[in-house]
Amino acid sequence: MSAPEMLKNGNPLLKYMRQDKLPHFFCPGCGCGQVVNAFLRACESLELDLGTMVGIGGVGCTARIPVYIDMDCLHGVHGRTLAWATGIKLHKPDTKVVVFAGDGDALSIGGNHFIHAARRNLDVTFVVVNNFNFAMTGGQVAPMTPDGAVTMTTPYGSSEPPFDLCKLAVTAGATYVARTLTASPPQMTTFLKNALSHKGFSVVEILSQCPTHFGRYALGSGSPKNLVEWIKSHTVPASAADKMKPEEVAGKYLLGEFVKAERPVFRGSTIYTAPCQGCAESKEAKA
Amino acid sequence: MGLESRVLTGVHFMQGNYAAVEGAIAAGCDFFAGYPITPANEVSEGMARRLPAVGGAFFQGEDELCSIYAITAASLAGAKAMTATASAGYDYMQEGIEYAVAVEAPVVVLDVMRCRGENFATQADIMQVRWAAAGDHEMIVLAPSTVQEMFDFTVRAFNLAEEYRTPVVVISEMSLALMRERLEIPEASAIPVVNRKRTTKQPSEYLPFQAASEFGVPDFAELGTGYRVIHSINPHDERGDIEWEPHAFERLYRRITGKVRENRKKISTTQRFMLDDAEIALVAFGSEVRPCLDAVHAAREKGIKAGVLKLDAPWPIPEEAIVETAANVGALVTVEMNIGRYAGEVERIVCGKCRTARATKNLGTPHTPDEILSVIEEVRS
Repeated sequence: MSAPEMLKNGNPLLKYMRQDKLPHFFCPGCGCGQVVNAFLRACESLELDLGTMVGIGGVGCTARIPVYIDMDCLHGVHGRTLAWATGIKLHKPDTKVVVFAGDGDALSIGGNHFIHAARRNLDVTFVVVNNFNFAMTGGQVAPMTPDGAVTMTTPYGSSEPPFDLCKLAVTAGATYVARTLTASPPQMTTFLKNALSHKGFSVVEILSQCPTHFGRYALGSGSPKNLVEWIKSHTVPASAADKMKPEEVAGKYLLGEFVKAERPVFRGSTIYTAPCQGCAESKEAKA
Repeated sequence: MGLESRVLTGVHFMQGNYAAVEGAIAAGCDFFAGYPITPANEVSEGMARRLPAVGGAFFQGEDELCSIYAITAASLAGAKAMTATASAGYDYMQEGIEYAVAVEAPVVVLDVMRCRGENFATQADIMQVRWAAAGDHEMIVLAPSTVQEMFDFTVRAFNLAEEYRTPVVVISEMSLALMRERLEIPEASAIPVVNRKRTTKQPSEYLPFQAASEFGVPDFAELGTGYRVIHSINPHDERGDIEWEPHAFERLYRRITGKVRENRKKISTTQRFMLDDAEIALVAFGSEVRPCLDAVHAAREKGIKAGVLKLDAPWPIPEEAIVETAANVGALVTVEMNIGRYAGEVERIVCGKCRTARATKNLGTPHTPDEILSVIEEVRS
């Protein structure tokens, strides 16, 4: 079905998008469209009002996601998404804020903001679309590029050890952390729903295909199908990993929810409590 | 009275940095983010104590970038927001200032200029505060000369930021930031407070980056209130949509620069001291105004008719006031605490209407009156 026909027939989620901005600029086969789909399904099933929410994107392919969704949006500065989110949440704590970041945006230039937002338990949802490289700029090595992978800036293979974003998030103090993949829309939607309903810093890492760059350079194939299969073959459900031999789990991405915890959310660096009227007298009385 | 009161009406003996805190809170500041840096720490420390007690939020960001973006987003969410830093910290913030300019977010940035890596007084960053951010932009920069002006100009900075929906920078030097002198805070009712104009239109009719005139300021809609606005640094049209059509973003750049530049007479006020009969005019801003006034008195005792054109706002540069002064004196001397930066702009504007000279030094302290006097005498001879 062509894009105009799809528009005419009406995807039920289209009403949540800026339809005049379509077609979007994602490459054919990119995972970002699937993420939009899962996110809108999650919002719909939670009956969230997008008009009262703020979507944030920095710079990168993933960062364009909120631009296509019919909601308030901050966009266009690399890596500062969580700094923006902090300003909004401290001034208007009831505003729901969702950040969409690629792996470079989230953990390269934005890495410091990420660990501090996790430490503070900032009440936002941080969706990281991990496509294993800097895609918008042409396929350079990123903090989650697999060991040895060929990219435009690692022509002889990457000798940069990658981050495990979920482990980092857990260690830094995030209170909801999950990893899923575009190949499983139901799981993606479920985790996004859980993240959106969570009070505190919720992180969802979505393993996603970039056929244009990562597929062609690292895997030698620009086929989205091959890339999705490669991702699937490199994942293991966290629930199954315990029962598997270490060599079977080595080099695999664990899928699942790693943390669901409650902790006070960030309201500012120092909170003032008005002195209680009459407390001084009662202290004196006790003395 | 005290911690929970927004306006501490009365006479104080206060440090410059604290005076800025009180000015901000009196102007309605309800969000502050900052990262430790000397000699601006008293602003953060003062805000940390005062702001939460008056119902605002204080946030110590993990760095300057976080701080500038946090205040910008808070501003888009409706806050009157401020940060404070010193030169090296401003380096980092210029990125966020570029964003605030592009999405027309009112924010106030206090920059206590300091020598590279050390805390000596300087005005070496007078060009940095004008030009640092990428892209076509104008900046409003206020330069107080006294602790009283630290208070008054910080109030004014918020008001200008709200009126023109743009970042406003207040610059000071250590010589002013850490100095204590008399400050009189008026009654709350006597402090003018401007609030940005909010849209009365329905979301379906609202164009977030459309102004009523070519160089106008768009009405504001707060985040999360149903207006669904894209606030992108990317070239955008009146609707906020990212727009690659060159005429659309040229229109935007013309408006966001024009709204400041075309209002420079209102923004960039000056104060004239003994200029009416002057043969020699000193042009100065910030801490340097103080020794200039002493030097002018000393010159007059020696029979040299000198005066001072004090620039309240070095940017946008008050072209008309400089031209008018140049037309009525024999020589114009730019006095600044650096190797000579603003002087180039002054001389460009004077454009031969009178002789020009410079009194410049970057030795970590303001000029002494004698140093300025010797330049006056040299120019006269």
